[in-house]
Amino acid sequence: MSDPDHRREARLYLAGFGLALTLTLVPFGLVSWGLMQGRALAITIAVLAVAQIVVHLRFFLHIDLSRQKREDLQLILFTVLLLAIMAFGTLWIMGNLATRM
Amino acid sequence: MSTSNIHPGLNLGARHGEAHVGAETIVFGFWIFLMSDLVIFGLVFASYLTVANPMGMAGGPGPAEAFDLRSIFAQTMILLTSSLTFGFSTLAMRHERGRAAIAGWLGVTLLLGLGFLTLELRDFAHMIDVGAVPQRSGFWSAFWGLVPLHGFHVAVGCLWIMVMLVQMALMGLVPVVKTRLLRLGLFWHFLDLIWVAIFSIVYLGGLMP
Repeated sequence: MSDPDHRREARLYLAGFGLALTLTLVPFGLVSWGLMQGRALAITIAVLAVAQIVVHLRFFLHIDLSRQKREDLQLILFTVLLLAIMAFGTLWIMGNLATRM
Repeated sequence: MSTSNIHPGLNLGARHGEAHVGAETIVFGFWIFLMSDLVIFGLVFASYLTVANPMGMAGGPGPAEAFDLRSIFAQTMILLTSSLTFGFSTLAMRHERGRAAIAGWLGVTLLLGLGFLTLELRDFAHMIDVGAVPQRSGFWSAFWGLVPLHGFHVAVGCLWIMVMLVQMALMGLVPVVKTRLLRLGLFWHFLDLIWVAIFSIVYLGGLMP
């Protein structure tokens, strides 16, 4: 029951959980108590969401910058690049269309 | 430990022999599937954002009438906790804690997943009650295309956990069962990651003051 590796890795999961929990509680608190508004709040929510996604990738999906997993990271980055082109393209075109209507 | 990783997600480690070595290509292939799923989710998010405005709502109900932030918060906590319990299940497998420990944490994860779905279905029922149905407006069409798509994934994940519990009981911890559990773990953590985007963009973005 006292496997040091197991305990250390379980603590890492708990650390990731704690970080993700904090990054969840803050935006929910900001919205439900109306502590911020408008553009500043939108940017804060977006930054916290990206931070939480990075925490999930690092602690739960075990993606980091070590050499063995470069393919995985490159696959994620390439997928995100394709997604960014398609998603931002969609938003750009539709937004442009909306302003012309 | 992280330097000996050969694939995404928690690795079994060298002492698992065949299952660990075989996992490299199998898990990488599953990771490619997850990335294609990410593109699908991302584009559904993009189409949601194009109609998440007063024009898209076409005079119908908006987020303030249809969303319940407390229920969303409860769902978020449940899903986040289920990611942790699934992590403990994978850790129990990696450190050969025995079938009971792995199945126990999987069982907790399954209950949390079913709890999430129960709350989400209750929310959907409330939305239907206030007239926030897909045919009401472009906004609700996009919403019903996005959030239930995630809920469907969680339901499939729950079914997959049940299948794995049966396979563990019938086949034991043979290599194929271990690599299936690794892939299920990636799937489950990936769904929690998508949920972060959903609660941030759809719910917090929709209910923002």
